[in-house]
Amino acid sequence: MPQRRMFLERRSYRMRRMMDALRFLPLIGLCLWMVPLLWPLPEAGHTDPMPMSVALKYLFGVWLALVVMAWALWRYTRGQAEADAAQGPSDRAP
Amino acid sequence: MVSLNELVLVCLTYVVGLFAIAFLAERAALRGRGGWLLRSPVVYTLSLSIYCTAWTFYGAVGYAARSGLEYLTIYLGPSIVMIGWWWVLRRLVRIGRSQRVTSIADLISSRYGKSNTLAIVVTVMAVIGVTPYIALQLQSVILSLAIFATPDAGLAGAEDAPFNRAQAAFWVATGLALFTVLFGTRNLNVNERHHGVVIAVAVEAVVKLVALIAVGVFVVWGLAGGVGDTLQRIDASAIGEWEVKGSRWAALMFVSAAAFLCLPRMFQVMVVENNDDRHLQIASWAFPLYLMLMSLFVVPIAVVGLDLLPAGSNPDLFVLSLPLSQGQNGLAMLAFLGGFSSATSMVIVATLALSTMVSNHIVMPIWLNLRRGGATQSGDVRSVVILARRLSILLIIALGFSYYRVSGGSGALAAIGTISFGGVAQFLPALLGGMFWRGATRMGALCGLGVGFVLWVFTMLLPSFGMDVALSQSTFEQGLLGAGWLRPQALFGVEGLDPTVHAVVWSLSLNTLVFFVVSLFTFPDPIERLQGAQFVNVLDHGGSARGWTASVAGSEDLMIMAQRILGAAEAQAFFRQEAKAQGRSGNLPEPTPTFVQELERELAGSVGAATAHAMVGQIVGGTSVSVQDLLAVADESAQMLEYSSQLEAKSRELSETAEELRRANEKLTQLSLQKDSFLSQISHELRTPMTSIRSFSEILRDAAKLSEADKTRYASIIHSETIRLTRLLDDLLDLSVLENGQGNLHIGEGALQDVLDRAVTTALTGSENPITVTRAGVQEDIMIRTDLDRLVQVFINLITNAKKYCRADAPALTILLGRRSDGVTVDFVDNGEGIPADAQAVIFEKLYRATGAEGDGAGLGLAICREIMHRLDGEISYLTSYDGAAFRVYLPASALASAQTDQSELTQPA
Repeated sequence: MPQRRMFLERRSYRMRRMMDALRFLPLIGLCLWMVPLLWPLPEAGHTDPMPMSVALKYLFGVWLALVVMAWALWRYTRGQAEADAAQGPSDRAP
Repeated sequence: MVSLNELVLVCLTYVVGLFAIAFLAERAALRGRGGWLLRSPVVYTLSLSIYCTAWTFYGAVGYAARSGLEYLTIYLGPSIVMIGWWWVLRRLVRIGRSQRVTSIADLISSRYGKSNTLAIVVTVMAVIGVTPYIALQLQSVILSLAIFATPDAGLAGAEDAPFNRAQAAFWVATGLALFTVLFGTRNLNVNERHHGVVIAVAVEAVVKLVALIAVGVFVVWGLAGGVGDTLQRIDASAIGEWEVKGSRWAALMFVSAAAFLCLPRMFQVMVVENNDDRHLQIASWAFPLYLMLMSLFVVPIAVVGLDLLPAGSNPDLFVLSLPLSQGQNGLAMLAFLGGFSSATSMVIVATLALSTMVSNHIVMPIWLNLRRGGATQSGDVRSVVILARRLSILLIIALGFSYYRVSGGSGALAAIGTISFGGVAQFLPALLGGMFWRGATRMGALCGLGVGFVLWVFTMLLPSFGMDVALSQSTFEQGLLGAGWLRPQALFGVEGLDPTVHAVVWSLSLNTLVFFVVSLFTFPDPIERLQGAQFVNVLDHGGSARGWTASVAGSEDLMIMAQRILGAAEAQAFFRQEAKAQGRSGNLPEPTPTFVQELERELAGSVGAATAHAMVGQIVGGTSVSVQDLLAVADESAQMLEYSSQLEAKSRELSETAEELRRANEKLTQLSLQKDSFLSQISHELRTPMTSIRSFSEILRDAAKLSEADKTRYASIIHSETIRLTRLLDDLLDLSVLENGQGNLHIGEGALQDVLDRAVTTALTGSENPITVTRAGVQEDIMIRTDLDRLVQVFINLITNAKKYCRADAPALTILLGRRSDGVTVDFVDNGEGIPADAQAVIFEKLYRATGAEGDGAGLGLAICREIMHRLDGEISYLTSYDGAAFRVYLPASALASAQTDQSELTQPA
């Protein structure tokens, strides 16, 4: 039945993109956490230093966002990982 | 105020409680109950919190008070590693499970060909690297005890009489050692899993999180007056501006991420104790959450501590001294228990992990070497292992204690922790290289680790003791042995870097470089390559019920295994053929599923399907027999193969013999049938003339009136029948004589043409159906020396047969003479239908007569011919190459040559 197959393909396509997101997430986290490298340092003579509260909010905000995203991805892909464990990597299937 | 004695009592109660929990967990695991809890993702995640030690609990606040947000790097690195579990941890956990590794030293040595040298190097490095860390835990417990003992001392930073730090440190170390021995070495687990310890660690994880959050909540809402006020206070404080150097930010994040993977205790809880991939997946978000909660209140506590506590207070102890200064004794007690939990859980797991490494890779090999050939009963070894573990635990804690004493217990907690991290991070290149790069070799790993370790000792560990303790001031300023480029904090003349960044960058980059370059130029041995393939391809196999998945194993490794089983030449030939079938030019085919299956089948032909599957499974991944086991199997298989090939040869011989026997039996059965039919035919042949003789003789005897003519006629019938009988009996006798090899040959000389002439003349005499006889082939006169009469008999028989059985309209017989190097042939070819293929094999048997044949022959003619020719050393055969019936009579050269020589001898004197 074409309708049903359409649904399945769409679903597995979505699942693969979710796995891509899962792989990409640490890179996003790394980039966001490297942003502080751009912040001005007091000793460099900048007059407008980054306040601690903003830095805290930013870093913990990113942290929380990453945790939430990782949690969401886990919710979404845990079935996939179980299927993976049972069947082997589907992405590499010939 | 809480007294020291109360504190000790609370600690002891807490420890006993933990011990009870661990004991119950062990017992439940032993009985197979409580699996839902022991193997739950929550416990797994909480056990990972072993990463947060007293360094986190106390040190993070001190770190923040001194260097602002830099402390976060220690938690951001591991968070990224956890969130990126898909990349590294998933592989690591799979490898750990499939290879049944017991420690990071085991993993690295296993990857590089089970090298014990490498295991020893890693173990020694780990012990040296972790020793400062254990000292750090001691120091934090002592500091926290000290602040309870002499609250003023903590504030004033002075040592006081009622509390002897050295003594306290000794007792704490002893207590921790005892605790660890009791916890960790009660039994010897096969796969080094310690359910009791893991549960205890999980409980401690909850305690320290709750304690730190409780202090944080008290500080934010109790002291600072809410979130907004706290943030204002933070901005207004001494650390109110972002002041972390970029290089330190990046370098520390990297080092902490590396240490998270390489720390022996992290490896223990993360890889060794893991039994489900899904737990890792859950921990991928749950553990960063835990880390975030642990570090959330660090800055507020630091800022409020700096505000409220008198200047000069040790910021490492703000977590304790803040509640104490506010009279919150209960909270202070909880905080103390949190710190105590952090320290004890870390020491227990780290010491357990290290003692496993020390006993497995150093003590046991030495012990087994010393006891070579001695008793190796399992119980014996197990008790030795336990003893080795216990001694190792004592040794490691003693080392930590010594470091604490030598370093003076004065350094900031964060600095000590960073040193430790830098040391274990040296494993990273060998670890990751081994997991992702098949070209990584043992020599490369050894050299890389060595270089990294030496640099770490020189640039981080020794300077940490301070000037003139381990390294003299002149070494700091002028370099080692006066070489300016060997200054511990400015290697190769690179100055101006932060010492930590300097050490991390130099040690890890040179470590990686040396590892890579040496790997490029060295060659791994087979076990190493096999292991490399298994490590790198650990994920590329699923349940292989559907057959092997693509690119699961390197052809090289399959080749190595196949050679051991099939033999080098055969394996190479097989691989070449497969490569050709795939259209590749080299000798190694692409390891497609088809090829692997083909190979498995090929191996199954030699060692049996089950073994072959297991062996291919070994390379493809899956079960957990070690490579050495595998090679042992391969050796055994090779021996078995040799044996079985001998068997095969014998069985081939046997089956050939059996085939011969079967053929002989068939022939015997046929002969027996022939004999039966011979008897029945012979009686029939005898009976027919007998009947007519009897009836005609009865007529002669009984009939009164017979004309003379009738009498004569009847008598002549009787006579001719008698002659026929005689002839039959003569033939039988003749055959019998010939078959038994009796009777004499009358050797004479004559021309073959004459013999043929005689035969033709005799055979055609009185013929009612004439046959045209033509002669062809060699016309010259061939002199022969043989029994000429017998030969004539053969020729007559053949010509008569042709005359009798040739059904052609104009029957014609061609007699073809031929000369060969080894004799003479005489072919008799007629133009009839020939003899059917199925009858050709039996025409020379006795009493065989062509189906539908008429005439008076008894079917003995050709049998007699064959016997005669046999006696004359020649042969008679049926030629299938002609359309009609064709017989060839062959006379050997001996019958010929002797005639000629005789003749020449005769002619010469004449």
